[in-house]
Amino acid sequence: MSRESWLNTALLLALVAVPGWALWADEPFTITLATRAVIFALAAVGLNIALGMGGLVSLGHAVFFGIGGYAMGILASHAQTYTALMEWPFVIEGTKSMPVIWLVAVAASSCAALVIGLLSLRTSGVYFIMITLAFGQMMYFFAISWPAYGGEDGLSIYVRNGFPGLNTLVPIQFYGICLVWLCIALLLYARLMRSPFGLALNAARQVPARVRAVGLDPRRLQLVALVISGGITGLAGALFADLNRFVSPSMLSWQMSGEIMVFVIIGGVARLFGPVAGAGFYVLLEHLLGGVSEFWQIFLGLFLLAVVLFGKGGLVGMIAGRRGNG
Amino acid sequence: MSLLSLHRVTASYGASQALFGVDLEIAPGQAVAMMGRNGMGKTTTVHCICRMLPAQGTLVFDGHDLSRLPSHKAARLGIGLVPEGRRCFRDLTVSENLIAAARPGHWDAARVEALFPRLGERRRQRAASLSGGEQQMLAIGRALMTNPRLLILDEATEGLAPTVRQEIWAAIAALKAESGMAMLVIDKSLKELRGACDRAVILERGRSVWSGAMAALTEEVCETHLGL
Repeated sequence: MSRESWLNTALLLALVAVPGWALWADEPFTITLATRAVIFALAAVGLNIALGMGGLVSLGHAVFFGIGGYAMGILASHAQTYTALMEWPFVIEGTKSMPVIWLVAVAASSCAALVIGLLSLRTSGVYFIMITLAFGQMMYFFAISWPAYGGEDGLSIYVRNGFPGLNTLVPIQFYGICLVWLCIALLLYARLMRSPFGLALNAARQVPARVRAVGLDPRRLQLVALVISGGITGLAGALFADLNRFVSPSMLSWQMSGEIMVFVIIGGVARLFGPVAGAGFYVLLEHLLGGVSEFWQIFLGLFLLAVVLFGKGGLVGMIAGRRGNG
Repeated sequence: MSLLSLHRVTASYGASQALFGVDLEIAPGQAVAMMGRNGMGKTTTVHCICRMLPAQGTLVFDGHDLSRLPSHKAARLGIGLVPEGRRCFRDLTVSENLIAAARPGHWDAARVEALFPRLGERRRQRAASLSGGEQQMLAIGRALMTNPRLLILDEATEGLAPTVRQEIWAAIAALKAESGMAMLVIDKSLKELRGACDRAVILERGRSVWSGAMAALTEEVCETHLGL
C-alpha cells in the first residue's frame, strides 16, 4: 500500500471512530461538528470531480449546494404546512422523506449544472471562472428576492426529514447517513478517476487538441463531469440544510463557492481524500480558533497561502508525497 | 474508390496563406508518402485533414465531407493521427494513455503492447518519464487504439536514435503488411519511405507538384523537388 492509501485509510477510520469517541468522551457536539465536516467534504468531492479531474475552476458551485438546500427546504416546508407545492396541471405535495428529497436535490442541481455547463464551457480560463461566478450571483439574488420561501431571512424547517428505519433526529444516525453518502461519493470518484471517461477527462485537461485528435470532444467530457459534480454538491446541500433545519441565500453565496474550493485546495486538488482532509481541517480550525477570535479566518488565510506556495498537493500531498492516485 | 480525397485544398494561418492547392488521393489499404522540404505545407495539410485548421477546397473521407466536421468527429470517422512532436498525455501512465483513446475494434492494449513490447514493460510508468522513442511508440499506440482506417504519421522518426528509428519503421512495415490500414507517412528518410509506401506525393510551396507510384520517384524527380 502506498503512503497515500495509508493516509486515506486513517482518515476513513477516524471518521468512523468519531461517534464512538464523542460518546466515550461525553462530547456529543463533536458528532454534529463531524457531520458538518462530512457534508462539506461531500460537497468538495463534487467540486474535485470538476476541478481536480477536469481542471474546471468553478466559482459557482454554491449554486448546486444552494439548489440542493432549497430542494430540501421547499419540499419540507410544504410538507410541514400541509400545502401543495403545485396544483396545476397536476398536484405535487411536499415531502419529509429524505430519499425523495435527495432525488429531487440531485436532479435539480444536475439540471442546473447542465444548463450552466452548456453556456459556460464555451469559454475557458478566467472567463469560465467569471461566468460560473455570475451564475452564482444570479441565483443568490434570485433567492433573496423570493419571498415565498423566506427571501433574505431564509426558510426554517421544524422537523428533520425522515429515512425509513432510522431516527434521523439522533445525531449519530444522521451522521451515519452523511458518512455513507461520503463513502459512496469517494468510491464514485475513485472509479471515475480510473475509468476511460476519467482518463480522457484528465487528458482533456492536459492537451485538449490531442484529445480531439483521438475522437473525443473535450467540452462534452467536461460537461458530463460538471453535471456529476453538480449533482454530488447538490446532495451535500440537501444534507446541510437538513443538518441545520434551515436554508438561506447564504448557501448560494460566492463565499460558499470559495469555501468549497478552499476545502479542495487545502486538502489537495485531484487527490481522492483531499476534500475530506480539507473540510475536516477547516471545521476543526473553525471550532478551535472560532472561540479565540471572530477573525479566525486570518489563520486559515495564512495556512492557505502556505499550502499554495509550498505544498501544491495540499495536506494530503504534504503527508503522502506530491503525486498519487490513492 | 478513394478513402481520402483532397482536391485543390487551400488553407491560411490568419492573413498568411500556407496551402495554395493540394491534391491527394489515398485508396483503402494504401500507404502514401507525403514529401517536401521544410515549410512546404506537409504538416499544414495534415492539420487540414484532421480538421485542426480550417481549409477550403474538397476534403472527402470515405464519402464524408470533412470540411463540415469538427476535429473530434473527423477522428471518429477513422482518421488516426500520430502528431509531430509526439504530445502524449504526460500525467497519465502508458496504460492510461492507451485506455483514454480506446475505441472498439481490432486494436486493443494487448495488441499495441505486442507491436511495441517496450510499452508493455513500462505499462505503469508515466508518459512524461519515457524516452523520446518510447513516447513516439506510445503516440503510435494511442492512435492505433482509436482503430483508424487511415493512420497519419507526421515525422514519426524525427530526432530519434537510429536503433529506435529502425524499431518504428519495422512497426510501420508490420502494420502495412498485417492490418491493411491506409497510411499517410511524412518523413525525411527517402530510403525508408521507399520501403514502406506504395505511392508518393511531393509538396512544394503549398502545392502538390508531383504524385505517382514509388517506383516512378526517380533521382531526377527527387533532385528537382526535394533537392536530394
